[in-house]
Amino acid sequence: MTDIPDRRTVAERVAAATPDGLARKVSGFSDRTIAWLFIGPTIALLLAINIFPLIWAVYLSFTNYAANKLNATVAWVGVRNYSRVLSDPDIWERMQATAHFVVWTIVLEVLLGFGLALLINRQFRGHSFWTTVVLLPMMLSPAVVGTFWKLLFQTQIGPFNYVVSFFTGIPPSSFDMVGSVALAPWSIVIVDAWMWTPYVMLICLAGLRSVPDYIYEAAEVDRASSWRTFWSITLPMVLPFLMLAVLFRAIENFKMFDMVALLTSGGPGSTTELASITLKREAFEKWRTGYSSAFAIILFVTIFGAANIYVKALNAVKNR
Amino acid sequence: MSGLTQAHSVVAPSTASRRISGAIVIVYAIITMLPLLWIFATGFKSQSDAIAYPPKVFADPSLQGYVNLFTTRSRQTPEYMASLPPPETWYDELVRKQNMVIVGPSKFGARFMNSLIIGFGSTFLAVFLGTLAAYAFSRFRIPLADDLMFFILSTRMMPPIAVAIPIYLMYRELGLSDTRLGMIILYTAVNVSLAVWLLKGFIDEIPREYEEAAMIDGYTRLQAFRKVVLPQAATGIAATAIFCLIFAWNEYAFAVLLTSGEAQTAPPFIPIIIGEGGMDWPAVAAGTTLFLIPIVVFTVLLRKHLLRGITFGAVRK
Repeated sequence: MTDIPDRRTVAERVAAATPDGLARKVSGFSDRTIAWLFIGPTIALLLAINIFPLIWAVYLSFTNYAANKLNATVAWVGVRNYSRVLSDPDIWERMQATAHFVVWTIVLEVLLGFGLALLINRQFRGHSFWTTVVLLPMMLSPAVVGTFWKLLFQTQIGPFNYVVSFFTGIPPSSFDMVGSVALAPWSIVIVDAWMWTPYVMLICLAGLRSVPDYIYEAAEVDRASSWRTFWSITLPMVLPFLMLAVLFRAIENFKMFDMVALLTSGGPGSTTELASITLKREAFEKWRTGYSSAFAIILFVTIFGAANIYVKALNAVKNR
Repeated sequence: MSGLTQAHSVVAPSTASRRISGAIVIVYAIITMLPLLWIFATGFKSQSDAIAYPPKVFADPSLQGYVNLFTTRSRQTPEYMASLPPPETWYDELVRKQNMVIVGPSKFGARFMNSLIIGFGSTFLAVFLGTLAAYAFSRFRIPLADDLMFFILSTRMMPPIAVAIPIYLMYRELGLSDTRLGMIILYTAVNVSLAVWLLKGFIDEIPREYEEAAMIDGYTRLQAFRKVVLPQAATGIAATAIFCLIFAWNEYAFAVLLTSGEAQTAPPFIPIIIGEGGMDWPAVAAGTTLFLIPIVVFTVLLRKHLLRGITFGAVRK
């Protein structure tokens, strides 16, 4: 910080060098004007790149528009796209695949992440170095992660099957993580857990560190068992943090596209075809723009609605 | 930590439990690193070692992957190979050993360059806009401020593919398809929500008194913003910038749908590096390694601010 008298001379010099009228114009912005000047560009950008397209998508979802047929006449079809999406058994299968992915990744990431946070919170020697190492996967590009896990999962040339074989005795080429209907839904769960467990860990760690020492000291004075301390102090204090982590993970994984698109491309068949992958196929391979817009709007409303309900629950827990 | 006085307290765990915790975390960290180490090693294997069955943990180091990553090659007849003058460089020699000649550079350099240009361009814009907006939200009474902040956040809830459909049409109309400018604008819009939320948190922590003192001394609001607030927020701005850069660097969905050549970034390019008989894994691994190194450096630099970045500033230490 520079000291104040010095700054005043700078300010005076600036003021003196500027003609009166101009000075008032430049420096005389009211706070209100500045506020809108500062916020305006951001809002304008978001309106242009997010809201305008959203409204356009809503419009398209009521038409039979196909983006690859430039000269075809566009007809208003009412809610037909919506009723088609909602009555399509394939879509419900995709939603089940998405739910399987979201639920199991969250279960694994919460258990592993919370466990790791408890361990790291013991502040062993070198914990900050090892924490950084543990955090690394979540910073990587999901597309690139999906690509290289495809190599790791190769039945014959990839190391994953050999590691499993080493510990279980199952022959390494007897199972195919990415290519078999039974295992593919779990291969994407494993990779996502590998990548995002540190995320849950980091947020839980912040929760653990937010518990003031005196509460534990009071518990100790009362001779509470460590089991009891965990259930009645640690867990309730960490719960809001954990719920926040679950919220962010659920939204992200509901939207999941890149990692899965590159690891399994939705296959085999459509066993790992998550909602976003279906959306991409409908919109950019089959070019059913109206239909896919309707599906996109349904997904957005689902995420938005679920997130709102969840945030209410989160606030209830926080204020308890 | 007063280790001595709290030696028997639940607050400070015993040495034994600390050691055991440490051991488990280290084992986890090593397991988590194995896939990355495998990829790093694959980048230095020859094509035949990379697809050896069973997989080879150790192989003779080879730069074939890196050479293949940066070049395009064509296979030639032995007669033609024999008629060539001796190779001029080590990479010429390496390629010729496989009965091939280098016919030119690959597209990887250009894709990497696009990643840099689009990454830095969009980061600069997002942080610039984000800083202004965050300051206004932090310091001024804005009607419906909470709703506006939520609106800014909610733009992140759209699945990228859903946004991509109308953006694709819009960019086609405006001639922004497959242009760097188009990608910079798009990534700026995605990143600005993160930037506003993070920077508002950082600016909230700077005491208002600093600016007020400066304004009493004759600074205008804008001068106080520039000369008092910005220097104070420098660390936060830097951390935010790195988060934006990482997002733009890693992004795949928009890139694969909206770019195909001119403006394509590295993430859609790396997975489609193919050799003669399917995937050229050493080249993919080499590209992956080069692509991930900046992220590793940034993660180390950011480690103190990671928590904020990943929770949109909702959790601060």
